Amino acid sequence: MSEALKELGDHIAQAQAGVVSKTEVRLGELMLETSADKVLALLAFLRDDPKCLFKQLIDICGVDWPEREKRFDVVYNLLSLKNNQRVRVKVATDETTPVPSAAPVYSSAGWFERETYDLYGVWFSDHPDLRRILTDYGFEGHPLRKDFPLTGFVELRWDDVQKRVVYEPVKLTQEFRRFDFLSPWEGAPQILPGDEKAGDKAAAPPPAPAPAPAKAN
Amino acid sequence: MSDVEIKTLTMNFGPQHPAAHGVLRLVVEMDGEIVERCDPHIGLLHRGTEKLIEYKSYLQAVPYFDRLDYVSPMNQEHAYALAVEKLLGIEAPERGQYIRVLFSEITRILNHLLNVTTFAMDVGALTPPLWGFEQRELLMEYYEQVSGSRMHAAYFRPGGVHQDLPDGMLDSMDGWLKQFYPFMKDIEYLLNENRIFRQRTVDIGVVSAEQALDWGFSGPLIRASGLAWDLRKSQPYDVYDRMDFDIPVGKTGDCFARYLVRIEEMYQSARIMEQCVKALRTVGGPVRVDDRKISPPRRGEMKGSMEALIHHFKLYTEGYKVPAGETYTAVEAPKGEFGVYLVSDGTNKPYRCKIRAPGFPHLQALDMMTKGHQLADMSANIGSLDIVFGEIDR
Repeated sequence: MSEALKELGDHIAQAQAGVVSKTEVRLGELMLETSADKVLALLAFLRDDPKCLFKQLIDICGVDWPEREKRFDVVYNLLSLKNNQRVRVKVATDETTPVPSAAPVYSSAGWFERETYDLYGVWFSDHPDLRRILTDYGFEGHPLRKDFPLTGFVELRWDDVQKRVVYEPVKLTQEFRRFDFLSPWEGAPQILPGDEKAGDKAAAPPPAPAPAPAKAN
Repeated sequence: MSDVEIKTLTMNFGPQHPAAHGVLRLVVEMDGEIVERCDPHIGLLHRGTEKLIEYKSYLQAVPYFDRLDYVSPMNQEHAYALAVEKLLGIEAPERGQYIRVLFSEITRILNHLLNVTTFAMDVGALTPPLWGFEQRELLMEYYEQVSGSRMHAAYFRPGGVHQDLPDGMLDSMDGWLKQFYPFMKDIEYLLNENRIFRQRTVDIGVVSAEQALDWGFSGPLIRASGLAWDLRKSQPYDVYDRMDFDIPVGKTGDCFARYLVRIEEMYQSARIMEQCVKALRTVGGPVRVDDRKISPPRRGEMKGSMEALIHHFKLYTEGYKVPAGETYTAVEAPKGEFGVYLVSDGTNKPYRCKIRAPGFPHLQALDMMTKGHQLADMSANIGSLDIVFGEIDR
């Protein structure tokens, strides 16, 4: 299986030399990387090439890596019924760079791209109908970004005076708790609170004495 | 006579409509009784499952999968369990795999019974759902016996299943299977040659094979359009490669073909159940992996072993860490291809868990299917698509 995938990956990389920037077979799955301006050409090739025939677009989704310069990955999962193979195409982008819409190549791309736009705020150029799809009418923000809090920013309630539902800033009766279960023996680096600079004390000059705290009145 | 300009009427269908199978809002543009365009508004049941999973450990994420498509819970756990197992590089033991296949097929029958019968109700028949729900209750008792819950089972875990089958269950299943075939004949007798049912479904919502591919169809819908494609055959997982079953394929791609495919799939699922019941009488051994770093110890073991107690505590607080990597793993859920795209960054929580629900692209194609049909055909189309909003809205 993975031999055939490797062969297929080589074939695609050869035929689309300037388009595919990386091919990789891991866990028995083929992954291709390309850039936003070339993704449509690659998708059309994957659909029509007689060795590929990836006639089905299974899924489009986003992944957020906030520490990267191009923070979003747009991931296309394709399926070939003829060859019984799958391929994954990845495109990196950021908040402002649009990715061309795959709707001209696969009709099913429309809603998947709407969802990616809704949840991540990735722009798709030339999309026939780029609206929010899963979140509420008038929702603000993109909830699956890593910097969007799990609790959200607003909460909804029925206002008996106005006779309609109203949005209010979210009020938590208990502070949101995020447990860090990474084991101190093998996971997280062991940092004693207040002892962060213990390691570089020898190199750095001793810190200047802290200014006297302002007198409380 | 001068031409009169006919304005289309915009109509709101749902979100609370019995034929919408949940909270579906359709904005329909009508020319008289003919649908010109329909725009499904979804997301009324959006619960942010994918975001919640990013904040839970791998084991805590399992119950969310029951609540996606709440008509076929175990198949979705199956996809998630397989994805995590792939990243962990483990495989469920043989008996666990047989149990998973057995319950996947029970779930398929549960799902198709609900869909076929309520589809009949959408187009005017009342008896099929009353009969079908009786069978569903019997099957949900098996759910309850293994997991303690009739629907939201959380029974398939990464590494196998939670518990072994209780005593006497296989005998009881034999009895159930015996009465199921005559029951299916009754349902077919009610519907197959029924004049009203045929008038409402034959040649309604025809989808060609090319359209089915282009719109990302899977499961019974792509088979009804004439493509013999089933992940259980083409990319077998667990012990499906040892099962003997057939893939029904429709010829016409209309609502009636989709109904027929589902009916035949139920017979085939019962066949797989029979084979699993037979195999489970002989195949012994554990039902989940014996690695204490992944599957927790039994309660009895914890009473005597300090080591077991520590493992239990660690697994139910911290959970296990999954090596960094990513996978797209799909199973043949009753509604179509249900996939999980799982990205791990090496910690105890998924970095990203995208859920690929089969109903999502199916509902997207509703506009293409209903264009030019009458309004009443829309409810037939929705019924034959087999949509459940838990999985579409997530």
